[in-house]
Amino acid sequence: MPLDPRSALRAAISVPGVPRDADGPVFREPWEAQAFAMALALHERGVFTWTEWASALAAEIKRAQAAGDPDTGETYYRHWLSTLERLVADKGVTTTDTLIRYRDAWDHACDRTPHGQPIGLTPADFSH
Amino acid sequence: MSGHDHHHHDHDHSELSETELRVRALETVLTEKGYVDPKALDLLIETYEKKVGPRNGARVVAKAWADPAYRARLLKDGTPAIAEVGYAGRQGEHIVALENTRQRHNMVVCTLCSCYPWPVLGLPPVWYKSAPYRSRAVSDPRGVLADFGVSLPKDTEIRVWDSTAEIRYLVLPMRPTGTEGWSEEKLADLVTRDSMIGTGLAKNPGEVK
Repeated sequence: MPLDPRSALRAAISVPGVPRDADGPVFREPWEAQAFAMALALHERGVFTWTEWASALAAEIKRAQAAGDPDTGETYYRHWLSTLERLVADKGVTTTDTLIRYRDAWDHACDRTPHGQPIGLTPADFSH
Repeated sequence: MSGHDHHHHDHDHSELSETELRVRALETVLTEKGYVDPKALDLLIETYEKKVGPRNGARVVAKAWADPAYRARLLKDGTPAIAEVGYAGRQGEHIVALENTRQRHNMVVCTLCSCYPWPVLGLPPVWYKSAPYRSRAVSDPRGVLADFGVSLPKDTEIRVWDSTAEIRYLVLPMRPTGTEGWSEEKLADLVTRDSMIGTGLAKNPGEVK
């Protein structure tokens, strides 16, 4: 399935709150664009519908607000990322433990990579 | 005579924020399981080059072209000059502006971790992540520039700069000819991300409407 600006625009319209302009989504930081693109890829693969995504995201935002999130719009993509993590676990794509293991491995990879060198994962990054 | 190509390096380790670590973890897991194709993700993300962050750099460059006093301040000390147009970097971060001239072309190679000053430069180009690009930029900068369609006079020296944990660079490209009397706003349209990292030149007046 194409991961293209047209399907991205459709996603930005289908999901409430996505910051956008006339062409499609806009982002505050580079990682937000990555998180958006991953959700789009999973949607195109049929992992979830936008309706399903929107309600999972709404639930995530509600939980965050209950925990004191100021909901200024600046945290929108944080909730988006948490929703991604939660949904891929719920759908059996992966597990929360796996995500944590990979997060820690990347953290280790960063620590041992001299500044400016490409950061890559090696098996040894998982044994810390 | 192409002059010698300098290469500065710092041995601090790399840095990614907590959020970036989570994004990388997710992308790696989804890639390994075959749910996402990183190349397709990168292609899509490239289309958002102009949709990420405030892109203050173009305004900084345009102002430096139009206002000689500002240009002097920028080249003397980049951080406060860039702050004048509204971008305050993270604490301890220092931005150095490198002026391109007929005699010297500057090119920056490090955009691999959080140190890339995206609020100034916009979205990093995806090809910057590739290790072959990086080593070639250091060993054969002229060849890399040629790949991007940039050919410089033979006697223009090319300098390659590598950001460190404390220092980021902004290339001040040469002002295109035929833009005399243009407003800063109009000039800013000529400033591309690639021209601010030195892998491209500013656009010519004919390339914008």
